[in-house]
Amino acid sequence: MTSRLAFDLERRHAGGPTIRAALTEELAPGQVLVLFGPSGSGKTTVMRCLAGIDRPDAGFIRFGGESWFDGAARIHVPPQRRRVGLLFQDHALFPHLSVEANVGYGLHGLPAPEQRERVGETASLLGIQDLLTRRPGQLSGGQRQRVALARAIAPRPRLLLLDEPLSALDAPTREELRGELRALLHRIGVPSVVVTHDRVEALGLGDRLAVLAEGAVRQIGLVHEVFSAPSDLVVARVVGTENVVRARIFGSEAGLVRVEIGAARMLAVDPGHIEGEVFACIRAEEVLLERAPHAVTSARNQLPGTVTALSLEGPLVRVTLDVGFRLVALVTRPGAEQVGLAVGGPVVALVKAPAIRLVPRG
Amino acid sequence: MDLQALRLSLALAAATTAALLVIGLPLAAWLATTRWRFKVVLEAVVALPLVLPPTVLGFYLLVAMGPKSPLGHAWVAAFGRPLAFSFEGLLVASILYGLPFAVQPFAASLSGVDRRLVEASHTLGVSWIGTFFRVTLPLAAPGVLAGAILTFAHSLGEFGVVLMVGGNIAGETRTLSISIFDSVEQLDYATAGRTALFLLAVSFAVLVVTYSLRRRPVLG
Repeated sequence: MTSRLAFDLERRHAGGPTIRAALTEELAPGQVLVLFGPSGSGKTTVMRCLAGIDRPDAGFIRFGGESWFDGAARIHVPPQRRRVGLLFQDHALFPHLSVEANVGYGLHGLPAPEQRERVGETASLLGIQDLLTRRPGQLSGGQRQRVALARAIAPRPRLLLLDEPLSALDAPTREELRGELRALLHRIGVPSVVVTHDRVEALGLGDRLAVLAEGAVRQIGLVHEVFSAPSDLVVARVVGTENVVRARIFGSEAGLVRVEIGAARMLAVDPGHIEGEVFACIRAEEVLLERAPHAVTSARNQLPGTVTALSLEGPLVRVTLDVGFRLVALVTRPGAEQVGLAVGGPVVALVKAPAIRLVPRG
Repeated sequence: MDLQALRLSLALAAATTAALLVIGLPLAAWLATTRWRFKVVLEAVVALPLVLPPTVLGFYLLVAMGPKSPLGHAWVAAFGRPLAFSFEGLLVASILYGLPFAVQPFAASLSGVDRRLVEASHTLGVSWIGTFFRVTLPLAAPGVLAGAILTFAHSLGEFGVVLMVGGNIAGETRTLSISIFDSVEQLDYATAGRTALFLLAVSFAVLVVTYSLRRRPVLG
């Protein structure tokens, strides 16, 4: 059963920009919608309005057939009655309470034995049973994250909101938790909205992605599709020029992994601890183009294919190739002339193994 | 030392502190969170006793409590005795005079509590009041305690307002500082010295406790 999230809201900040965002999306249980945008795009404002801790100046917010906010009808359902789980960027755990009391904080309506049971259940789901007697100050970043998530899901919310859930963590913990968090969100079975400006976070966590830029939602679709095929220049600037394609790891050798992308097979650097379905990210600037395959080259991947489109972007040329999958390269105009690029013509794309970034799909 | 005066001063300080916890905490909580445009006016009113000469406040209170004023009249009708020159009148004066010493540190420590913790509590279904008692107050407790101690110490030694409103009635309105004044007038410097030393020691001890509760100045 899906729940429909629909909003069209406007929030004015005194002396700041006006945030506008509109979106209608069916959210399935366990599905993750990413709200992606640069800092200042208003994504945190949108999230705070969804949670009810900020009030839009105009517009509406509806979820699952309920009206949470309606500027015209003067409806504002307070956060207490929205049954939304909110995960703050820096976790906002109650420092004076034990982990157990933090996780059980939202369960005040239940009888004591049920509270204990629910805390135990949630703790074992997140693997924090051994931390229950500790204080937040005694936890590592990753542990705090799990406790915060446990606290948010213990009251069985109808919608989970996560504000840049991985950004407060150090890099190694972030890598470790990204796949784990996605698996958890799916297992919890509650639809989630993740706000982020980090592409890797968006790819690693999201099913669908909405791009928020210049005060409005510009594009919405499957995560890798939006990244690979931005609908307009604004979105392209926000998401960057990167190829994001579905891939599958099918073997490894000497620190490198073999990946299958569409009909092509490539070698990439092993990011460690991942297997199976992944996203492969290749920056368009890092794809080299040649007329014919090289006998001797340091690049591990030579992909023969054809040019399907050429477009000028200032001093650069954006070249769309078919090399068994859709690949975009960004080269200079003199470079394009030297190689003799023409639509329909043959070309060989060179991609170094370290230029391919693999993001696990959980 | 006048033990009756000591007992009276302790009772007055304790009652004042208790009353200011009840009145001052909600007021401070409101001041710490509101975005009301004219909030500064109320803040100024609360801070007035800090700069106003005690005799000025005392004078107005005396007039307000007098038998000709509506308040004084109603009090006599209800309790059969005047509010001025009574312990109750003294308490009212002491509460008003102690307002900034309670409300300012309360507001400072309450507004020092991370807003996101309050918001987190709200999204977890806990009401505004529940959040205040489960999150805000426990986290602001050291500052609130410091404010309460400061209020107690300040009320213990109050002189000007007390003299104006309460006069000098043994067992009813003669507090420690008034007993010092009394002793000096009677040229009994030995008794005055003992009482003064006692108040000095109490004030010093209170400040040491207050500063150890909070590293920064309470009124800063």
